Amino acid sequence: MTKVRKKSTALFHIALMAACLICVDTSAQLKSYKNVVEDAQNKMVKIYGAGGFQGLEAYQSGFFISSTGEILTTWSYVLDAEDIVVMLNDGQKLNAKLKGYDPRTEVAILKVEVLNVDYFNLDKAVKLRSGSKVLALSNLYGVATGNEPASVQFGVVSAKTKLSARRGAFDTNYQGSVYVIDAMTNNPGAAGGAITDRRGNLAAIIGKELRSSKNNIWLNFAIPVSEITDSIDAIRSGKIIAQADPKAKLADEPMTVKLMGIVLLPNVVSNTPPFVDRVVRGSVADKAGIRPDDLIIEAAGQLTTSRNALENKLKTIERDTPVKLTIQRGRKFLNIEIDLNK
Amino acid sequence: MKNISTVIALTAMIILPSQFAVSQKVDSKVRDAEKARVAAIAKATQSTISVFAPGGRGGGSGVVISKQGYALTNYHVVKPCGNYMQCSLPDGKLYDAVLVGLDPVGDVAIIQLLGRDDFPAATLADSDKVKQGDWCFAAGNPFLLATDFQPTITWGMVSGVNRYQYPSKTLLEYADCIQTDAAINPGNSGGPLFDANGDVIGINGRGSFEKRGRVNVGVGYAISINQIKYFMDHLMSGRIVDHATLGATVYTDDRGRVIVDAILETSDAYKKGLRYEDEIVRFGGRSIQTVNQFKNVLGIYPRGWRVPLTFRREGKNYDITVRLAGVHDVEKLTEMIQGKPSSKPKGKPGDAKKSKTPRKKGGIPKAAKDRIEVRRGFANYYYNRLRRTEIWKAHIGAQDYSKLQGKWKISARASDGTVVQILLDDEKSGIQWGEDPYVLDPEKDLSEQLYPRQTGGLLPALHLWRRLLIQGPEKFGSLHYFGSLPLEGEKKYPHVFEGTFDVAVTNFFFNRDSHQLIAQEMFLDPEGNAVEVRFDDYQEVNGVMFPRKIKTTVSGRPTEIRFNKIEFQK
Repeated sequence: MTKVRKKSTALFHIALMAACLICVDTSAQLKSYKNVVEDAQNKMVKIYGAGGFQGLEAYQSGFFISSTGEILTTWSYVLDAEDIVVMLNDGQKLNAKLKGYDPRTEVAILKVEVLNVDYFNLDKAVKLRSGSKVLALSNLYGVATGNEPASVQFGVVSAKTKLSARRGAFDTNYQGSVYVIDAMTNNPGAAGGAITDRRGNLAAIIGKELRSSKNNIWLNFAIPVSEITDSIDAIRSGKIIAQADPKAKLADEPMTVKLMGIVLLPNVVSNTPPFVDRVVRGSVADKAGIRPDDLIIEAAGQLTTSRNALENKLKTIERDTPVKLTIQRGRKFLNIEIDLNK
Repeated sequence: MKNISTVIALTAMIILPSQFAVSQKVDSKVRDAEKARVAAIAKATQSTISVFAPGGRGGGSGVVISKQGYALTNYHVVKPCGNYMQCSLPDGKLYDAVLVGLDPVGDVAIIQLLGRDDFPAATLADSDKVKQGDWCFAAGNPFLLATDFQPTITWGMVSGVNRYQYPSKTLLEYADCIQTDAAINPGNSGGPLFDANGDVIGINGRGSFEKRGRVNVGVGYAISINQIKYFMDHLMSGRIVDHATLGATVYTDDRGRVIVDAILETSDAYKKGLRYEDEIVRFGGRSIQTVNQFKNVLGIYPRGWRVPLTFRREGKNYDITVRLAGVHDVEKLTEMIQGKPSSKPKGKPGDAKKSKTPRKKGGIPKAAKDRIEVRRGFANYYYNRLRRTEIWKAHIGAQDYSKLQGKWKISARASDGTVVQILLDDEKSGIQWGEDPYVLDPEKDLSEQLYPRQTGGLLPALHLWRRLLIQGPEKFGSLHYFGSLPLEGEKKYPHVFEGTFDVAVTNFFFNRDSHQLIAQEMFLDPEGNAVEVRFDDYQEVNGVMFPRKIKTTVSGRPTEIRFNKIEFQK
């Protein structure tokens, strides 16, 4: 009996200590949700690009991650446009440049010409636990226009899990860790929105709309900042770039897909994606393991959004230089090196 | 036995310390917040109702806003009900209710629950103070779950304010609405959205559903209660009320300015000077930077409202006050709601008649039937008659204007020195304006007798004024209670009668406290210019209260006309 009592007393003390910690935490001057939301709004942007037909919305959400106009958002068809327009919280309308994106994590960085904007500091991003209170800011359903503030929702992190655990049910490129949120955060146009903690610190980016193929339930999830830091760093440092450097020197004897032994899908439209149609038996590509239906998403560190982009990039590479290709095969990503010298 | 007692002792120990711990560690602020929330929900719950259409033809939610049982809900909730429905309160009782007024564009309806004079009424908040990030909660009967009539409460956050939602394939337009992530599901429609104190900030009615089916997607919209306040008297008038238009359309240019891209020359805004390509700077007291903001302001006012507008042209700002016209032609709107007029007319059009039971079984209980009066163009004419009678009785008080059937002779002097002689009579009225005599023949087209010219039609206006006073609203012609409208210099919006005689549409304004007829506004001029007359300085004349002074516009200048001598002939 006494033993039990001692144990429970000890537990009680621990509980008290924990409670005190929480007390300290909450008694620190907490801003009201209203004020937290107000502060966060200046960091939010509305993004307009391609789409607008067949249930594909031509808008999504994003937020500043530097004072000089870098915007973090989700890589999607919306950004596959000649003109990407960004609307700031104050209604200022700016043209944005796609700095780069990572097809694996499906994040993209845009750049607009502004100075001294409010932004979410990625270095101060916080991690959440199940049960953490969160705010979700996004322009879901394109409700807000001009200088109208983005929508805000309140929720709780229901679980921290991996999307890959739900493979087959949820069809998605991104397979890493996610926060599942109990609020209806993932609506049309919400992708690229910000998930913050109770104090307005950035924690995650709202993912794309995702519906279970099994039960038609929509999943409300967000990708933790820690999962995309590498992608962001790679894009920022120019390791993954969206557009070819127009000043790049053309190679004397350039590399071509033909030399590799790859036949691409015919170039029917200006931005036909570089899908492999056929691989010549016994060719370098064949030996390296490239297969029909592979999509070449990167060549020598540059994103190859189209056949033209791939071919232009190859024109800047001498044929005796090994080329690193990133291949998307179904939901898998493979790195393959093509070396004609081998 | 021993084992059991040990178990009990153990259980007690586990529970007791934890209870002790709870009382120790929970911050009093947290407890207070919880208490406040419980109290707010308890308070809000008691006035939340479920609305059921007879015969199980649908339903929704609503909220009681007065002891007399007046309640707010959505137009789309009462639509299948017709003019009779049943409503439940959380006390477990079912009450008969009748339709009072409809705002089909704003998706609002007022109904009255019957059988008590002490219904638990909710408090209406000031929804302009609601901000993004505030807590709120919806109450209602989603999926018609509650068979014991206890409302379902869904807690949430205000996701956005001043939202604009385009009419979606219908005429329902949600302007200046409140967006919330509190779950709004089918059946929540018409139910209240409360602030954290349990006061009403809006009426839930819509969500962004689209491809996800008609269940909550975390994006619900509530009609702001402040918009409904503007419409309240209009809805209580038993009418089918219309929303307003400026008579101009706008677009946002690439510099983010809101510019007029078309304007009707017949609109009041045009008459006040607004032109094509002017920039709208402020409207209804709000600064305007997007088309949505412009539509938000337009969407909250009923037809006839006067709204301040600031526009900019060539770097200079101009302040005007514009009178908003109706969005729909009155007959068009009636047709949309009540269908085309019946091909076999029974009696004269516009005749009121007691409702016949439209249902096969059971019919409508007598108490409800007594409060239903079907008349084309009205949601329920019973309430129009009721209000009109109340206001008129309060105005005449103990006086009997109807005995003043003879000629009215008034000697007066205008503030510009003009000597004015007025003679008002049934057959013919006349006015001597300085040297110029004018005679009005009420049998002829009034719009061709806008005498004296410099007043735009003071004589026909006064002729109709006398007609109302001696005939009363019943015999004036077609005259109904309109609701309330703002009037310059009046703090409380006066009650308005809208009367039609010949081609003249006349509004009569009644002060809410003194009940006096304080102003008249007549639209007779084919070009749409209004004649405005203010009645002032009421004194007793021959046993009735009578104005000794009127104010109107003469040659574009505000002018006072003082009645020096008033003579009522037998």
